[in-house]
Parts: sequence; C-alpha cells; structure tokens
Amino acid sequence: MTHNLQITAARPDPALLDLPWDTPLISWPDDVLAALPRGISRHVVRFVRLSGRVLAIKEIGESVAYREYELLRRLNRLDVPSVVPVGVITGRRDANGERLEAVLVTEHLQFSLPYRALFSQSLRPDTATRLIDALAVLLVRLHLVGFYWGDVSLSNTLFRRDAETFSAYLVDAETGDLHRELTPGQRNYDIDLARTNIIGELMDLAAGEMLDEEVDEVGIGDALVERYNELWEALTGAEYFVADDRWRVDAHIERLNRLGFDVGELEMTTDIDGTTVRIQPKVVDAGHHSNRLFRLTGLDVQENQARRLLNDLDSYAAATGRQNDSEQLVAHDWLRKVFEPTVNAVPRDLRRKLEPAQIFHEVLDHRWFISERAGRDIPLPEAVASYVEDVLRHRPDEKSLLGLPPGERPSEDDPESDYFHLST
Amino acid sequence: MATVTFDKATRVYPGTERPAVDQLDLHIEDGEFLVLVGPSGCGKSTSLRMLAGLEDVNGGAILIGDRDVTDVQPKDRDIAMVFQNYALYPHMSVADNMGFALKIAGTPKAEIRQRVEEAAKILDLTEYLDRKPKALSGGQRQRVAMGRAIVRQPQVFLMDEPLSNLDAKLRVQTRTQIASLQRRLGVTTVYVTHDQTEALTMGDRIAVLSAGVLQQVGTPREMYDKPANVFVAGFIGSPAMNIGTFDVTDGKAQVGGASITLDRAVADGITPADGGRVTLGFRPESLDVVSSGSEGAFEVDVTLVEELGSDAFVYGTLKNGGDLHAGDSNQVIVRIDPRNVPDKGDTISVTIKPEQTHAFSAATGERLG
Repeated sequence: MTHNLQITAARPDPALLDLPWDTPLISWPDDVLAALPRGISRHVVRFVRLSGRVLAIKEIGESVAYREYELLRRLNRLDVPSVVPVGVITGRRDANGERLEAVLVTEHLQFSLPYRALFSQSLRPDTATRLIDALAVLLVRLHLVGFYWGDVSLSNTLFRRDAETFSAYLVDAETGDLHRELTPGQRNYDIDLARTNIIGELMDLAAGEMLDEEVDEVGIGDALVERYNELWEALTGAEYFVADDRWRVDAHIERLNRLGFDVGELEMTTDIDGTTVRIQPKVVDAGHHSNRLFRLTGLDVQENQARRLLNDLDSYAAATGRQNDSEQLVAHDWLRKVFEPTVNAVPRDLRRKLEPAQIFHEVLDHRWFISERAGRDIPLPEAVASYVEDVLRHRPDEKSLLGLPPGERPSEDDPESDYFHLST
Repeated sequence: MATVTFDKATRVYPGTERPAVDQLDLHIEDGEFLVLVGPSGCGKSTSLRMLAGLEDVNGGAILIGDRDVTDVQPKDRDIAMVFQNYALYPHMSVADNMGFALKIAGTPKAEIRQRVEEAAKILDLTEYLDRKPKALSGGQRQRVAMGRAIVRQPQVFLMDEPLSNLDAKLRVQTRTQIASLQRRLGVTTVYVTHDQTEALTMGDRIAVLSAGVLQQVGTPREMYDKPANVFVAGFIGSPAMNIGTFDVTDGKAQVGGASITLDRAVADGITPADGGRVTLGFRPESLDVVSSGSEGAFEVDVTLVEELGSDAFVYGTLKNGGDLHAGDSNQVIVRIDPRNVPDKGDTISVTIKPEQTHAFSAATGERLG
C-alpha cells in the first residue's frame, strides 16, 4: 500500500519507487542493500545502490526530515562541504496500513571515510590530529556562512583524503540552523560541544581498544579548540600598522591565501590623523588553491591536493623554461602531458582505490622516495609503475567504503551490534 | 537551584524590523517546570536560546538567580541543554556514558562515581551502570541521556522540542518520564514545544507566545479556563474552542437564531471601537444538545460525526448565518453523548452551559469580564 507515498526531491529519480518503502528500513532485504553503516547513529541508516550511485537512507521524523533536507540544500548552495541531499519520502505505510517513519535520502560522498574506518586501519599515528585539523577548517567555514551546527562530532562528519591531510564534510545537519551571522555565544557553544563530543568519541574508541594507548583524548579535544581559534582569528581578526607599512596589506592577503582562503572584501580604516591603518577581512572564501587550479585546468579537487598539483605545475613550467608563457597554456600542456598520462597509467581496476588527484599526489611522494633511495631522478612513468605495484595494489578500495557488507551482520557480542537495528 | 528571569528581554535579528522576541517579561520560580509554547515562528525557541546564551539579547536582561547572565558565555551559565546530543557510546559502560563530561572537566573519580550513582538511582538505572548501552531499551537510553545532564548538576535544564525526533509511542512515554523526573529532581526547567497537549500535560505553568509577544502565562488550568485573549483561547485545547464574532443588541449576542444574554461585566466592557460586536468562544464540551426551540439554543447542521468510543464529536456548521468555527477548521465542534449520536445531515439544537462562555473584545481580542 504505497498510494500515499510522496517524494520531495529537486530531481526525483523514478528508480526510487522500486525500493521497498512499505518495509521498515531495519528489515530491508540484503539484496537491495549496498552496505550497513559503521559508527554511532541515533537513527536507522542503510546504504543502497541506485542508478549508478550509492544513496544513504535515514529514517527520521517527518518535520525533521524536511528541515534537514532544506538545510542541506542551502549549505550546498553556499558551497560548504556537506553531503548532497536527494529527497524526502513521506506517507510510507506497511502492508497492514500502519504508518512508517519518513526518510531522508542523501547521496553517499564518494571516496569519503568515516572516522571509525580510519581508526580501524593502521594509519600514521598523527591521524587523529589531522582529522581534528580538517574538522576545525570545516567548523570555521560553517561559522563563516552563519551555520550553527548544534551537534559537532566526528560521527557527524565524513573525511576525504586531501594530499597529506584530510578534508571534512558535514553529514548530519539535524540540529543545525542557518543565521545571517553567528554570535560569539553560538560559536563558543558549538566549539565547546565539539570538544566534548570528540573526547567522548575517542574515549569510546579507547574503551573498545581501537585507539593507540599513547593518544591523549583530552589533548586532541583541546587541539580542536586551539586550531579553530587560530584560524578564526587569522580569517576575521583585525591588524593595525603605521600608514607607511602598506606592504602589510598584501602580506595579510597572502597569509590568508596560504591558509587556503581568498579575501573577497577587506575593510581598511585609518585613525583621524591618518598615522595608523586598521585592516580587517570582511568576506573570506575557502578554496584559494582549488579555485585557481579549477580555473587553469578544469580539475575539481580538494584544497591541499590543488596546492600539490599547482606546485607540480610550477615545477613543470620551470623545468620546461616556460615561466613567462601564459599560465593557461602551460597548465593545459601540463594537464595533457603530465597529469593525465600519470593517472591513466593506473590500471582501470585499481582506480576505485583513490581519487585521481590523490593518486597523483601519492605518485609524486613515491617518486621522491624512490629517487632518494636510487640516488637518481626517477622519471614519472617509472615512478607510476612502481607505485602501482608496490603501493596502490595493496590499498583498500575507498570509493565506496560504506561499512559492513549486507550479508555480514555483526555478531550479538559486538557492543556496536545494536546500532544496526535500534534507533535512539 | 535557581529562578530564571526574563526582564523585558528583546531579540531583533539584523535586517528585520519586528523583534523575534519582544520585551519578554517572565519570572520562573526555583524548581518550576515552565513550558514555552506557540506556533512556528512565535519566538519560543529564540527565547530559550537567549537564556542559553546562543542568541544575543538586544534589549533588557536575563537573570539566573540574582545573577545577570545577559553577557555571560553559554558554558559559564550553569545550564544544561538536555537531549541535544544523546548518541550513546557503545564501548563505554552506562556509568561512563553518564559521567564522561565530568571526567573531561577533571572531576575526581570518586566524586564522578558518587554523582553517577545518585543520578542512576533517580533514573532507575542502578543495575545497568556497569553494562554497555546495548543492554538497554530505547526508553532507558533516553534516561541515560538525561543522566548526562543530571550529573553536571546545573541550575537550569533547557529542553528544545526534545521529543520531536521520537516515534509516537516513545514520545508519550518519554513525556511522562521527563515530567515526573523533573519533579523528583526539582531542577528549574524551561521546555519548548509547539504542541499544546505536551504543554498542558507537562508544565507547572505554560507561557504562550505569538509573533514574539508573550500572550499569557499561567497554570494549565488557568490557560484552559480563562484564556486572556482570542489567540490563547484558540491555541489551547484539543479539539479547539469554537470562536465567532457576533452582533450585540440590547446586551444580547445574536448567535445563529439565538439571543445570548451577555454577562453584565462583558456588556459593560464593549467599547465603541468594537462596532457593536463581540467575540464569543465556547469549548466543544461546553455545549449541551437540547430539544429544538429551547431557550438560548442555536442550531448546527451536522456534516460529520466522529465516534471515539468514550467520546463523540459532531462537526457541523452554524445554521442561520454567523461565522463560528473551531481552530483552523471551518467547522463548529460539539461534544455529544456517544450513546446518542445524530446522523450526518441532521440538525441539532445546542445551548452553552452556564458560565462557560468566553467573551473577547471584537476590536482587540482581549478578554472581557
């Protein structure tokens, strides 16, 4: 009985109708599921594969579902890193006509990694710190556009590899709110809650023996607050200098560029006799490097990947003696002669492991490493071959790292097992 | 423990003319459970967030106890937002789930254990303290979330639509639990909801807001029996009160075919601005079905009968003109004897029970008499 089913979506995919909406999400058969989620959730969440994409489906109250859908749409329009909402489905009834919860459908973010997946792999010991750095950047970006999150946590965030760092994406906007501008009270509450939640989540990993004993949970929580405050101050704080030191204006802008931000508007005021100048950024936009790379090459990658690719582009210009040529033309050649051949040299079946820009970044790292060992400059094609055989082949597929395969339900002894079938 | 005072507290969002919260004056007693209720956009959540320190106060002040907290940071206000985050950590024991925030704050272990045990006793969770959340039912998990707030021993609990995320069954259960728990703890609590039933069943007192303005504050009984204006009359109660505006001649309101004598105090309260009209309200249960032609009776054409076992309601329209309807509907609602129901299409005669008419100024909507 699905005659009352209502789908609200910007671009409804008719294939959505084929999913078993008259069955509670927890009872969906394995053959429609792509995976079961890992991690802490208050709601029942399932992944399905539909028309070539992976969708995350979450059962949630109707009004909350519409609200979150709308908020995610607005965040996407504001260009904040967050999951893409697909739609809300209401009016579900089971075979007996009993009402079923509404669902929010979002698109799974390709190549994203839940923090629990990162901790369950053996990674460099500073993983936690790098995740915190990414989360601090996300939180600052959200606050800059006036978004109050209300429930910042590692569980509500997804991470993507971004060169040697990570970028963070907002996944859960249930408690959030968009304002014209946030008050210091709202920002501080968000940060305080983030700190508490992160420490709680790390303590939980420690209790489950998934965290290196050396890791200082409280220290990591404090680091988030510190990183956030530094970045917020750098991006929004004022600088004073004597009127003769005009170079400081450019220096200030460059400093923000190095942090990955463009200055859209800078306010400059002088005191009455004109001896002191005060500058303060009014509008800053993230993505300084990724925007530049996109303009030059059409490649849409993350900030630190873009930084790495731009550096390689500069080296290419220098090595070919073309520093004075049009940057656009050089970029075009670099793309055709360096980037694409490198990425295309990776066998097709291994491309699900990492994003192309991440592969390129790792090949550059690998080349540096093997060149040093060999005591000579290893050419790129040789470096790619070596990287594919010695590194990439042994890495997991990260394109859709979702959780447990549907057939492998967790054992009853697993403390997390109930998170797969119990909400709240 | 503390009182909470909104002293002409005002919030104006930048770029808007009308305040989201306009000169709110509200005093909440120590240990009281106060519910802020009103339709979407009425300013209830904004008021709560002002108290939490999440919204700037553009005029007036907010006090917790005797302390002016208007410019104090949220974390220094000694308040707890309950249920904001109740994801439980699967690998931590129930005790650790409740006490981890104290651990972060550097509270000594023995004191954490003591506070957690006290909270667990109140919450009926003692036997689960050393087990994992997996062993708990949905309702017990809710209580662990409540425990997180209790162990912090804040002066005030704040709850913003905490039940909106639960399914209907758990919502009713949790509603009762929160209310009884709050009474046992005696911690001052401010609770926001859009649901007037939730407000009536939970609050010691209810404050109704509309368009940023406090309409009335009082006990559930007061709000129900003596609404201060038409807005409150229409908002509180389910099914909603029947309300209509009628001509007055010689101290009598002309309702349908009936002339209803107004109380002296009501008739005296009518001013020239009212244009010889009065707004009357009466609840579905304030009407008696009588034989046709009875004194003071007006007729209702029955369009629908809703039988609910112990109760039955007639939905219909007022015969012989006049705009009378309940809430957002365009229907008059009459509670009738479930053993004696009319048919659709019938006409019934009803009178208003003595002393159960609510009268309001047709011009201002304020209560008369």
